[in-house]
Amino acid sequence: MRILLAGNYAVAEAVRLSRVKFVAAYPITPQTPIYEKLSDMENEGKLSGVMMRTESEHSAMAACISASLTGVRTFTATASQGLALMHEMLHFASGNRVPIVMTNVNRVISAPWAFGSDQSDSLSQRDTGWLQFYCEDAQEALDTVIQAYKIAEQVLLPIMVCIDGFFTSHFIEPVEIPDQETVDAFLPPFSVPTRFDIKEPAYITNVVNPEQYMGYRQRSFEDMEKARAVIREVNQEYKEIVGRGYDPVEAYDTEGADIVLATSGAMTSTARVAIENLKEKGYKAGLLKMKNFRPFPFEEVQAVLKDVPKVVVLDRNISLGKEGIWCQELKAALYPLERRPQVYGYIAGICGADVSPDMIEDMVTRALKSEQPEKLPVWVRRDG
Amino acid sequence: MKENDHIETISRDVARTAGEKGRLDGLSLGEGATRAPLMAAKEYMRAGHMACPGCGEANTMRLILKVLGEKTIVVILPSCVGVISATYPNSTFAVPCFHSAFEIAAPTAAGIANALKLQGREDVTALAFAGDGGTFDIGLQSLSGAADRNENFIYVCLDNEGYMNTGIQSSSSTPEKAWTMTTPGGRRGRKKKFMQIIAAHRMPYAATASIGNPLDLMEKIRKAKEIKGMKFIHTLTPCPTGWRMPEDLTAKAAQLAVETKLFPLYEVIDGTEYRITHEPQGIPVAEYLKIQGRFKHFKPEDVERLQREVDEDWERLVAQTRLGGCI
Repeated sequence: MRILLAGNYAVAEAVRLSRVKFVAAYPITPQTPIYEKLSDMENEGKLSGVMMRTESEHSAMAACISASLTGVRTFTATASQGLALMHEMLHFASGNRVPIVMTNVNRVISAPWAFGSDQSDSLSQRDTGWLQFYCEDAQEALDTVIQAYKIAEQVLLPIMVCIDGFFTSHFIEPVEIPDQETVDAFLPPFSVPTRFDIKEPAYITNVVNPEQYMGYRQRSFEDMEKARAVIREVNQEYKEIVGRGYDPVEAYDTEGADIVLATSGAMTSTARVAIENLKEKGYKAGLLKMKNFRPFPFEEVQAVLKDVPKVVVLDRNISLGKEGIWCQELKAALYPLERRPQVYGYIAGICGADVSPDMIEDMVTRALKSEQPEKLPVWVRRDG
Repeated sequence: MKENDHIETISRDVARTAGEKGRLDGLSLGEGATRAPLMAAKEYMRAGHMACPGCGEANTMRLILKVLGEKTIVVILPSCVGVISATYPNSTFAVPCFHSAFEIAAPTAAGIANALKLQGREDVTALAFAGDGGTFDIGLQSLSGAADRNENFIYVCLDNEGYMNTGIQSSSSTPEKAWTMTTPGGRRGRKKKFMQIIAAHRMPYAATASIGNPLDLMEKIRKAKEIKGMKFIHTLTPCPTGWRMPEDLTAKAAQLAVETKLFPLYEVIDGTEYRITHEPQGIPVAEYLKIQGRFKHFKPEDVERLQREVDEDWERLVAQTRLGGCI
């Protein structure tokens, strides 16, 4: 069924289709419509589980962790300050190996107070042990949430599915909603056993010594590595059953390109227009859409960029004292290559500030004209 | 009267009530459980745990688990309980246990309770053990949220009146002027009246309990197990280490807290119906204070002030039992 839907509602539909049993959430802009829609579904008997309306995001994540350990499929959604408040529990979730799926609607983090899209909230949760996927539009958000359950339940690590606040979350787009039978054929019922076995009682989250702690971390790391193959397999299966899929990175006209623009999230759609415009003007420009942030697709990025002379990375986030976070990660991925492209870091669209195709074209042509990248990232702002 | 005569009297009283069969009905303490029921009931707390000698918390947890039995999932927090319960790969509890983060005993237990309901396993009890720091202070917000939603689990506050796990620091449960490592000159704040906060949530069942009165404690846990919705049990758990007293005085301290009316034993049903479950003897508070090093600097006026407060609180509690509801 193809209907017009905002990204937040597409996420709620994915949660319903995934037969999630337990949702715990707290409202925060711009995630709130997900919470409201799931409440409507529960009220109408369309949700196959229960909603727990918690008093904070911290508690929402705590409840998802324990419900997941008890043996049910769980979901929560948050944004910005709410994600920051959850930080402690994000570590707890991955450390306890629970397959929670959470949507984070990217929003700038205070201070000062503001509400627009900005990936700094979720990217600063980089080291919490969660898989992180960034979606371009509502359709991808829906498909990714459903896929995320299958991946998380195989690798026993939680997954964060990120969409851009007010862009993807609130824009109304045509979205293809698979029917329940199709999703059921793809996603089996939750089968992770209860970790609270009455007959064989065990203790979860013991106090361990340094060597043991390191052992736990290493196993989590290894399973995050294994997730690379699982992500590919699950996506392939989804393509076969549902008819759509998304690779960890998407390369568009990158072969033989003089310059490649690397983007993530909703800005990718704008970049697609800019790339077309540039090609019409005679530039050999390609596009690299980066979807997966953790595990970071090193090999895929290397394969796409190994023969490209210049790369422009467009970041809607900033790590003060360094540069855009995707830019850092991409540079690190390219470092092992013998012949490395020059990497130009641009900061744009912070807090949802407008990024037009014209602005992106300017960035690309500016990089093409310059001898080498500037030491610091270039801030692209309308007001100067 | 010798210094400890009244303690012996209390001990005899407890021993006598333990033998009264009528009080034991429905406790399911196992076969032969008539004269020494506490010894006869099956244990769900194993030997070899890591509590300090004379730990009031370890004893309280042991009694509670005896009543709740096998079908229990325990949530604990970073606290003395965390240290007592398990160093990998051991487990003190003979039931499943999850050591969660400090401020979230309530939503964690609620997540388990909700999942159990979804799985049709409502015969299993979700139980949270939290200290006074995890309850009165850092966990208050999440406890309040769970109480507001009337989540179906038992929350037990093991109140030893301080952050004893980290080495005897002041919490908002520490009595006024008591010594701790962070209040070396005596705490300035006054102990939070926590049961009043709890009652204000109007949860189905709330009660105070003490290992000094084990049958009363166990009876309250039995009741809590049967009631659907949120249950809160406030236990005062003497801490010889933090209270600066010999480790064999734990039971005496617990009993004195009750018999001096400092920690009266009562129930609150739906936040309004108050019922005192044990008539205290009214022993002077000074008797409770003088066995503990943390009060040794108290001047006579400090003792008088506390006695006045205890008497007033008792009268207020008695009035509440008559009036019902808050006064």
